[in-house]
Amino acid sequence: MENFDLTLVDWSRGQFALTAMFHWIFVPLTLGLAFIIAIMETIYVRTGDEKWKTITKFWAKLFGINFAIGIATGIILEFEFGTNWSNYSWFVGDIFGAPLAIEGIMAFFLESTFIAVMFFGWNKVSKRFHLLSTWLVAIGANLSALWILVANAWMQNPVGMAFNPDTARNEMVDFWAILFSPTAINKFLHTMASGYVLAAVFVVGISAWFLLKKRNTVFAKQSIVVASVFGIVSSVFLIFTGDESAREMAKVQPMKFAAMEALAEGRTNVPLIAIGFLEQQPTTTPDGELQHGDFAFKIEIPNMLSYMTFLDPNAYIPGIKDLVNGYHNPRTGQDVPSYSEKIRRGKEAITTLKMYKEALRAGDTEKKEEYGALFDDPEWVESTFRYFGFGYYNDDNLAGLVPNVPLSFYSFHLMVILSGHFLALFVVMLIFVLRNRLEKMRWLLYVAIWTIPLVYIASQAGWILAEMGRQPWVIQDLMPTLAAVSQLDASTVQVTFWLFAVTFTTLFIAEIKIMITQIKKGMTGGQ
Amino acid sequence: MFESLSLLSLQQYWWIIISLLGSLLVFLFFVQGGQTLIYRLGKTEIERKMIVNSLGRKWEFTFTTLVTFGGAFFASFPLFYSTSFGGAYWVWMIILFAFIIQAIAYEYRTKPNNFLGQKTYEVFLFINGAVGTILIGVAVSTFFTGSEFSVDKLNLTNIFGTGSTTISAWQGPAHGLEAALNIQNLSLGLAVFFLARVLGILYLDNDIDDKNINQRVRRQLIINGIPFVVFFLLFTGLLLTKEGFAVVPQTGVDPLFWTVQMEPYKYLNNFLAMPVVLILFLVGVLAVLWGVAGTIIGKCTKGIWVAGSGAVFTVFALFLVAGFNNTAFYPSTYDLNSSLTIMNSSSSHFTLTAMSYVSLMVPFVLAYIVIAWRAINNKKITTTEFDKEFHSY
Repeated sequence: MENFDLTLVDWSRGQFALTAMFHWIFVPLTLGLAFIIAIMETIYVRTGDEKWKTITKFWAKLFGINFAIGIATGIILEFEFGTNWSNYSWFVGDIFGAPLAIEGIMAFFLESTFIAVMFFGWNKVSKRFHLLSTWLVAIGANLSALWILVANAWMQNPVGMAFNPDTARNEMVDFWAILFSPTAINKFLHTMASGYVLAAVFVVGISAWFLLKKRNTVFAKQSIVVASVFGIVSSVFLIFTGDESAREMAKVQPMKFAAMEALAEGRTNVPLIAIGFLEQQPTTTPDGELQHGDFAFKIEIPNMLSYMTFLDPNAYIPGIKDLVNGYHNPRTGQDVPSYSEKIRRGKEAITTLKMYKEALRAGDTEKKEEYGALFDDPEWVESTFRYFGFGYYNDDNLAGLVPNVPLSFYSFHLMVILSGHFLALFVVMLIFVLRNRLEKMRWLLYVAIWTIPLVYIASQAGWILAEMGRQPWVIQDLMPTLAAVSQLDASTVQVTFWLFAVTFTTLFIAEIKIMITQIKKGMTGGQ
Repeated sequence: MFESLSLLSLQQYWWIIISLLGSLLVFLFFVQGGQTLIYRLGKTEIERKMIVNSLGRKWEFTFTTLVTFGGAFFASFPLFYSTSFGGAYWVWMIILFAFIIQAIAYEYRTKPNNFLGQKTYEVFLFINGAVGTILIGVAVSTFFTGSEFSVDKLNLTNIFGTGSTTISAWQGPAHGLEAALNIQNLSLGLAVFFLARVLGILYLDNDIDDKNINQRVRRQLIINGIPFVVFFLLFTGLLLTKEGFAVVPQTGVDPLFWTVQMEPYKYLNNFLAMPVVLILFLVGVLAVLWGVAGTIIGKCTKGIWVAGSGAVFTVFALFLVAGFNNTAFYPSTYDLNSSLTIMNSSSSHFTLTAMSYVSLMVPFVLAYIVIAWRAINNKKITTTEFDKEFHSY
């Protein structure tokens, strides 16, 4: 481990997290608001009612302010794969680069071309062409999310590739397996739905503010109707896809699953912890034993986790300790090796690659073919190569291979609890707005406004779970984060980290100030 | 269709696409060039507003092309992505920084309560226009002059020793910024900067119908056209007379492991070996000059299309000279055999094939861009443009 600069790894992760989290403040609103605006404009075009045109333009203005800063933070993310994760870029670039390129060709041009028509075309093109442009912006934004999420899902569940020892990297062998992997589908649908819910809360919350101020009340109520219906449909879908995602995670990322449920020891009839307070992160004792944290307090529903995960209240689910120490899975009948054993096999895989490369350099054809044959042997790949990434670790600190359990647990639970709140809010708002009693429910309007920050927290929590929960892997089991970094000085990355932190914060303040000013101008205001 | 092509053909096809994207990017730098001339061409608030709004309707095309250029490079030649971006860290980070501040500058410039003030956002546009173009020019010039780095895939297996596990290691002292000290790199950087300004002037002349702005065009074209020609000739002169990084084909050896050696007049030889590229280059240069001279002498406002096409041809030819005819497109002066060639840095046959199918979408993308572009540009911008407009910068 002495050949890794862990300070560099931490700052590189920090920089990526900073950029990604800033980016994710703006993207979900773009994803959802684009559709809400498209729906509003469709109503305008179908009814010819100028009120809907005013509403459309008001939300489009906020959309534009948000969109610009989303782009500013997005360009960094794409290039950071190269600047800060250069080993990663080579090791899996053959698979990972393709979705990024497709994103550019298929989605970004669609977005950027038609957004110009959306904003500048009101007096230049026909109503229908304008409406089409708005829809194309919405579709473009969502398509771009598809490709980057496919790429992210592949890192969580690498499929459709084979390792080529000549090039020392993983290469794509099945494009469709990558695009249609259940992880990718779940991730795309769940993330989309979360964006729609966020945008719906945004529209409902801001409209509630107008009602409280007794301004633009007709516009506000019409916006609430559209956003609540959109929000209810999206929320149901969000909960459904979240459930599917968790089930999929239990299969392909059991450690992340155990961490988010804070399941220390595996068992059958696992209860679901609805609310709990965790004492500490698992640690390794001096004699190498894994010591897990316990709950100071918890409320649980018996058998529920087993049932939700495998549709069987008696199902066995491995805990963190079992995953580290190895276990026999009574459900599948499989013996799963311990982390120490995986580390041994990982080192064997890496050493085999080294021998192959050295034989190649020395022109030793016999040895080269002997080692090369292993990489073509599905049995060896399944038993040994699949643990390649473990080879970068030693077995003296196994707790270092366990993700941050309290963080995973809390972010997961916060996200789930809040998603229930959002659905309830949409339903209640819709009922009262349709009965025309919403203006009298001032407390409800306040709740709607204060739900805006909550929906952002829930959305960020989802990504914290997704990315922190899979540590230490940048590509599940194949490449640890510490082996993925570029060769830089930690101080260099520190400088860029602070540069970005200051810049993004400044721009964020500007965005918020501009946004609030535009909202205060109201729905009839112009520029 | 693409499956039957050889790996080399796919690598060449993708190098052509990269070259095309690079050349379109340079054409679209008219936005960046224009951004550095807001106060030169516009003397009153309304004039500046016309200029910013004219450019502001196009900035996303440049931005998207840059992002797609990066994505396509990643997908087709990932070793370049990891070596150059991870190594020449500071150059790329400064370039990126220049583009972050552009992305919000248009939208926030004249919005009330915008925190930093209109002037700051205009400075952001200037920085983007100047730093972005110069450093991208410098970075591309290293395709011909080389950089100091080493690539060793065996490093990945360094788990027992104390050596680094990173495949690509930069050996230059300033993580890429040292490239700006090379006269040839700097001359290409400045040539791109002045070319962007020239194209920006031509675009604004074409898109804005305003007596005062149109009157200033000729003078600004001369002021920026002359340094462009000087720096471009300097770069081209150095390019044609220098030795270059030649790949040595070895029969029976996987092209992954072909060696690289210095060859006198390599780039001149490449032009002579590929006459089509030479013609493209010459036609491109003449078209740029014609577009500029025609606008200075005559009253034509279509110069942007002539000079813009010329810029595309010229840059396209330069990229082809950098990567084709057994040339290392990203050479290492630290270790010649670490140099990147289109053969040793590309994606696999499978990925290049899959991506080639995706590339078939490009004509459709170009078609809808043309439709939307014409819909927005069908009337020139005038001082009355903003009276009834819903959105302006």
